[in-house]
Amino acid sequence: MRHTVSVLVENKFGVLARISTLFAARGFNIDSLNVSETEDPAISRMTIVVKGDYSVLEQVTKQLNKLVDVIKVSDFNDVDYVERGLALIKINIKKSTRNEVIQLIEIFRSRIIDVSQDSIIVEITGNGDKIRAFIKMVMPYGIRETCKTGIVALSRGQLTK
Amino acid sequence: MEKKTGAQILVESLLRENVEIVFGIPGGQALPMFDAIYGSKLNFILTRHEQGASHMADGYARSTGKSGVCIVTSGPGATNIVTGLGTAYMDSVPLVAITGQVATSVIGQDAFQEADTIGITRPVTKHNFLVKDVKDLARTIKEAFYIATTGRPGPVLVDIPIDVQRGLCEFVYPHKVEIRSYKPNYSGHTGQIKKAVSMINKSERPVLYVGAGVVVSGAEDEILKMSRKANIPVTNTLLAIGTYPHDTDLSLGMLGMHGTFCANRAIQAADVVIAVGARFDDRCTGRVCDFAKKAKIIHIDIDPTAISKVVDVDIPVVGDAKTVLKEMSALIEKKGRKEWIKTVDAWKEEHPLSYNRNDDKLHPQYVVEKISELTKGEAIVSTEVGQHQMWAAQYYKAKYPRLFLSSGGLGTMGFGYPAALGAKVGNPDKEVIVIAGDGSFQMNMQEMAVSVLNEINVKVVILNNQYLGNVRQWQEMFYGKRYSQSCLARRNKCPRLCNEPNRVTCPVYIPDFVKWAQSYDVLGIRVTEKKDVESALKKMLETKGSVVLDVWVEMEENIFPMVPAGSSLDDVITQMNK
Repeated sequence: MRHTVSVLVENKFGVLARISTLFAARGFNIDSLNVSETEDPAISRMTIVVKGDYSVLEQVTKQLNKLVDVIKVSDFNDVDYVERGLALIKINIKKSTRNEVIQLIEIFRSRIIDVSQDSIIVEITGNGDKIRAFIKMVMPYGIRETCKTGIVALSRGQLTK
Repeated sequence: MEKKTGAQILVESLLRENVEIVFGIPGGQALPMFDAIYGSKLNFILTRHEQGASHMADGYARSTGKSGVCIVTSGPGATNIVTGLGTAYMDSVPLVAITGQVATSVIGQDAFQEADTIGITRPVTKHNFLVKDVKDLARTIKEAFYIATTGRPGPVLVDIPIDVQRGLCEFVYPHKVEIRSYKPNYSGHTGQIKKAVSMINKSERPVLYVGAGVVVSGAEDEILKMSRKANIPVTNTLLAIGTYPHDTDLSLGMLGMHGTFCANRAIQAADVVIAVGARFDDRCTGRVCDFAKKAKIIHIDIDPTAISKVVDVDIPVVGDAKTVLKEMSALIEKKGRKEWIKTVDAWKEEHPLSYNRNDDKLHPQYVVEKISELTKGEAIVSTEVGQHQMWAAQYYKAKYPRLFLSSGGLGTMGFGYPAALGAKVGNPDKEVIVIAGDGSFQMNMQEMAVSVLNEINVKVVILNNQYLGNVRQWQEMFYGKRYSQSCLARRNKCPRLCNEPNRVTCPVYIPDFVKWAQSYDVLGIRVTEKKDVESALKKMLETKGSVVLDVWVEMEENIFPMVPAGSSLDDVITQMNK
């Protein structure tokens, strides 16, 4: 099971290392990780997607909270929230398949951002499931390379707590 | 305002924190700090190994409750304290370790004696700091002490590059600490406390399982009151020895792998287990899925991560043990629980702690029992790690908390002797005795020089069985008596396979601990017979200076009772099947 955890941390050197060391030492699996400065430059937000059951999520949350540089940890278990990731996908393309691929891109409301003789690069944003579904659909045409950002997430309405 | 160097600021800050003593060793990248120490009011003890310094700071902290402090140099100085930090971290001991570091301008260039101290020590510290600007130094030291000693205590390391030690700045020591991301919670949730109390009041077979958190919090009186009022038997972990009066009606002794039969039976039969400041270590729980199967579990702990980490908890209460227990005490009902106490008493009688007291052999347990008797359990006993540690835990009846110092979580051999020196510095009027094994003692015995030169008089009792005894016991019980690399008397001329040790044909044991002690101008006494134990111990206790007692005990004595690793607490082995 995947859980998205949002962590507000002091924007200091070494904080990312503290968090990755913690995950490695406790045997937690990180599915994706995103780190960025918030509107307050002294604070960064990390959005971490972890795999595991609820007991793993509970330990992850508690262990993160225990780190001195961690200000706040929220998981999105019982709240309405939005999450987005971005992927760049380089897909093989032939004359015979071009139209099909372009149709798929339209269905997923993604965009072509580069075209060459035999490949295109597609930019797609969405939650993890949407991106995974798109990759699955275009897999048969041949994917040359992909690059994905980590998932970012915020709760709807009120502040993420 | 006059400017001070970083090194002077450090020394001033330590004095402001009322640091009585610092342990350590100087080195190239720590020179400015040591220059500032020279002629300052700070008391310093020069150790012979940085590991020794870290364990001394640890022993000082465990025995006094105050934070221990060590200062070492960069690179090897820093890596040498890693074991000490790990030991303190596992057992929640407050330490502040200061390390020298190469200049900020060359960090990352593999400079001489450079190590990524922050990276290396991150997993074995509660928190660590690299100070890159002298302006941050005083505040960082204040924060380091605050973090080390509050909440669940632990070691904090401050890495100070040499240019920061030399840098100039006005010295302002902050009055208080404000860390927005670190706010330990001491008071328990009232709703949770009420739920816990109602569960305890309804229970018929409750057991209190107390750990080091009770020592840290100073909650031993609250435990005593609660257990007596409601007739709840009490078992303790290794680190909580001395928190509950031994050999009283409700005391079960230690639980777990080498715990008492009655403690393990009581846990397994309980309907409610109240864990206070204990962390369900695998040496306590045995096979986790079989632990206290019939019981609901209440867990009082200041560290939320300790809750439901190993065993699922029914009612967690996050808070300080003393604060929470005080709030509970008024609500706990007086109750007889006669049936339960009778059952527990029957287990006590069925298998009390025992060894063969009737033969003439020199059993190690006998030595510990005599130490306990002669000191009335009022001495500080520090142990190394191994068989002797378990015998000390079983037979030394420490009267109060903070009298039994032992590396529980990390199980660090070489801890006991330096820790004893640290404890003696913190408690100059107390008798301090090291119960050591001949293997463990050799891991940090170089610190004898520190003991002699600074007149830190401790008594060392080596239970010498010529083996890494605990390893040998496991090899005997679980590896077909194949004594692989566990014999300390073994020489290259010995037969390749040997599992029949004896004091007659085996090679002469080295070192000769008596002569070794003499070389430090310390009294060494060898005891090889049971009849001489008591008089030797008396002589040891009467002697003003340090003493090393080399006691040649039974070589193949085993610790019982024993719950083999990975077994359920139901499967207690009480004696060897011959």
